Amino acid sequence: MSESHSLRSIDYAELQQCMHCGMCLPTCPTYDATQIERNSPRGRIALMRAIADGDMEATRTFGEEMYFCLGCLACETACPAGVQYAHLFEVARAEVESAGVLNNPRRNAIRLLLLRGLFTRPRLLRLVGRALWFYQASGAQWLFRTLRLTTLLPPGLRNLETQTPAALSRFSCDIIAPREGPINAQRRVGMLTGCVQDIVLSDVNRDTVDVLVANGCEVVTPRIQACCGSLHAHNGDLATAADLARRQIDAFDVEKLDAIITNAAGCGSHLKTYDRLLADDPKYAARAVLWSAKLKDVHEFLSGIVIRKPAPVLDAQPLRVTYHEACHLCHGQKITRQPREVLLAVPGLELVELPESTWCCGSAGIYNITQPEMAADLQNRKLKNILATGVHIVATANPGCHLQLVDAARKAAHTLEVVHPISLLARAYRKASDSKIGPAPANPTPSS
Amino acid sequence: MIAKLSQELASHLPRLTVLREKEDLIPYSFDGTATLKTMPALVVFPLSADEVSTVVRLAAACGVPIVTRGSGTGLSGGSIPVEGCVVLCLSRMDRILEVDANNLTLLAESGAVTQSVAAAADKAGLFYPPDPGSMKISTIGGNVAENSGGLRGLKYGVTKDYVMGLEVVLASGEILFTGNKCVKDVAGYSIRDLFIGSEGTLGIITKVLLKLIPRPAARRTLLAVYEKMDNAAETVSAIIAAKIIPCTLEFLDSVTINCVEDFAKVGLPRDAAAVLLIETDGHPAAVAEEAELMADLARRHGAVSVQVAETPEQAAALATARRSAFSALARVAPTTILEDATVPRSELAKMVRFIQETSRKHDLRIGTFGHMGDGNLHPTFLTNERNHEEMHRVEIAMKEIFDFAVSLGGTITGEHGVGLAKKEFLRRATTDLHLDVMRRMKQAFDPKGLLNPGKIF
Repeated sequence: MSESHSLRSIDYAELQQCMHCGMCLPTCPTYDATQIERNSPRGRIALMRAIADGDMEATRTFGEEMYFCLGCLACETACPAGVQYAHLFEVARAEVESAGVLNNPRRNAIRLLLLRGLFTRPRLLRLVGRALWFYQASGAQWLFRTLRLTTLLPPGLRNLETQTPAALSRFSCDIIAPREGPINAQRRVGMLTGCVQDIVLSDVNRDTVDVLVANGCEVVTPRIQACCGSLHAHNGDLATAADLARRQIDAFDVEKLDAIITNAAGCGSHLKTYDRLLADDPKYAARAVLWSAKLKDVHEFLSGIVIRKPAPVLDAQPLRVTYHEACHLCHGQKITRQPREVLLAVPGLELVELPESTWCCGSAGIYNITQPEMAADLQNRKLKNILATGVHIVATANPGCHLQLVDAARKAAHTLEVVHPISLLARAYRKASDSKIGPAPANPTPSS
Repeated sequence: MIAKLSQELASHLPRLTVLREKEDLIPYSFDGTATLKTMPALVVFPLSADEVSTVVRLAAACGVPIVTRGSGTGLSGGSIPVEGCVVLCLSRMDRILEVDANNLTLLAESGAVTQSVAAAADKAGLFYPPDPGSMKISTIGGNVAENSGGLRGLKYGVTKDYVMGLEVVLASGEILFTGNKCVKDVAGYSIRDLFIGSEGTLGIITKVLLKLIPRPAARRTLLAVYEKMDNAAETVSAIIAAKIIPCTLEFLDSVTINCVEDFAKVGLPRDAAAVLLIETDGHPAAVAEEAELMADLARRHGAVSVQVAETPEQAAALATARRSAFSALARVAPTTILEDATVPRSELAKMVRFIQETSRKHDLRIGTFGHMGDGNLHPTFLTNERNHEEMHRVEIAMKEIFDFAVSLGGTITGEHGVGLAKKEFLRRATTDLHLDVMRRMKQAFDPKGLLNPGKIF
């Protein structure tokens, strides 16, 4: 672990910046649930500071607290003093891992398998995705569930089995060419396909490229892309996160691109911090600064270049849509206006505002796996708010939220369509009378 | 003592949430005040006045001091634990019990968040005016115990002007209700008023009966920019002399203006010496007339620009500078110390100038903003608690500022309370007799000295 990855060696002013005014408390979902200070950002920072001051060791309780935090960053939006909670939280989790206070054989094995094994190897991850697709498409999942063989699984795994996202039959590289759009385009952008996104929502990637091309961009999409490392950074493995950042930067010709585009909020929020993550790496520091400056969420990018409105279709049906704000878009990147602009560019779309739209849905990376109870409470709260709008289409721009909402609708047996804002815009371009882009990709929609 | 209390609590109140572990206690060792902290021995979360009463009786029997706390947003250290105490956290007693539209009152448990009190009043078409800066999370009980102010003091007064009744657990454990829904009531001493601003030293407030008023129908917002501080002060005097009482009359000094520009870029001129945010509310016709007259007064008293909002969106835009003032200052340095020296309105310009001179004299960064209408200023020290030499200069400057405020007929604290942070200054600001009467009162209500000991004096 590098020096700056421990609470005792980070810049102390970062901790001091918290003036413990308490303005974060009403925005914190865990404090809202328990009303106990330890479960609030102010309380967690106090514990981090106690460790930095040498008043306390990183204990098991501290470790559990750091993993009880959703990392939703609502506190950053509320903070009057500009505390960079995301950074403190990453360092604190790294501290927990290096102290080993949460170690047990099962947890260690799962971490090793996921963080070091699966999510550093894009080809292996795709293989798993393929196996998942086969399990679902072949009817094996249906058979497994119908025969109630799931009851043979241990309870933890049994719950997870029902949440398995539907994998798509084709990955981004099967449906996106390495280079698309006009060669002498005004803008040349790189496209990030993500890892989970690539397996279960590759059609969103296709839609994103279509929208970018429809807005006059040349889009460069490297075929095999690694995980961006946000999963690692948020789970206390900053060393692997830095490795993945270097690989990601290597995959793109950063200097020759006007922007690098991501459509996944969680990834974007982390990808923008490569400059800090690689600040001590003499070989990569400068490129990482360039990378962070060019990294744009797709809505942010489109809003900056003025979205070309699709031509309205004559027999268009009115489309009522509500919008759930991914934490790492609205809090992590302070992007709230732009996705609404994207939605409102769709002809005939009526945006119905969602109550508590910026309150976490409980997905929070792998939180729904590590803290199932709290995650389920937040999921129910979100679903209740969505149902209160009376709208049957909810737009959201993060794969974690997307899957969490699909799962919520499935549990409630509710016909809710979960869709990325960009997909709605892509559909509008396809339907438009002046359509220049082809028909929808022949990718079967997940039957969730 | 603590072990015994811990046992007694478990046997008498088995369902009471009690925190004992270090990791749970550290987050209760401070409040919103800079640089002060002390570890409590236990933290308990009672759910009713009866439970509070039991905790008080048991703690008294064990000789354990009690520090009452809401959300811990106080700025004078009033809810900071004392060594070995039990923290009585009332945040879970947060129900709004009744909104009485006939008598214009609201009854809430003391842990109810101020914002939710205001929202409940609003839902009934009524208005609870006190709006302390922390109202999104501060508790109404804490507001009463500190007699909190806010931005609307000039026209609407402060928390004490809205308290009609209180339920209080006394140091003996007895539960007293004092006050009622009557606007007029002279039956004996006004005991209720003694608990307002008592900072948890006389009793534990468990319910609050509040006065509500009809919601004003309209509001207009103005922003005036000045090159000279005195012109801003003259405008304020002229507005009052014209028999207008604005609901908001807020001020930013040049340091604050520049910090706001760095942070929020609202387009204020960087060489401006003062900005006034003025709001008037009430009947639409009166509001329109007053807004026009105030804009005219501002121009006649040297404002270099005056903007009047035509829509609620424009009003929100004009208010951005004032709303982001504290955030803008808080980002500048690791430690932000927000003070609340207050003077009679007529002395404001003198006070602001003195603060600026003091800041130069001691080579400190102090941004001042505040409530120009009621004389309540917020000189905000931007410093670093780890820089001991600078902190020493901060202390000296603070003393000078408070002494000067007192010499102008003002006070050391307009709305934050004395707590721990202002204890030293209280002696300098008041008479021995005044302090002694306070001590006699404390002795009468809390003879064992177990309620928030060591605070105020």
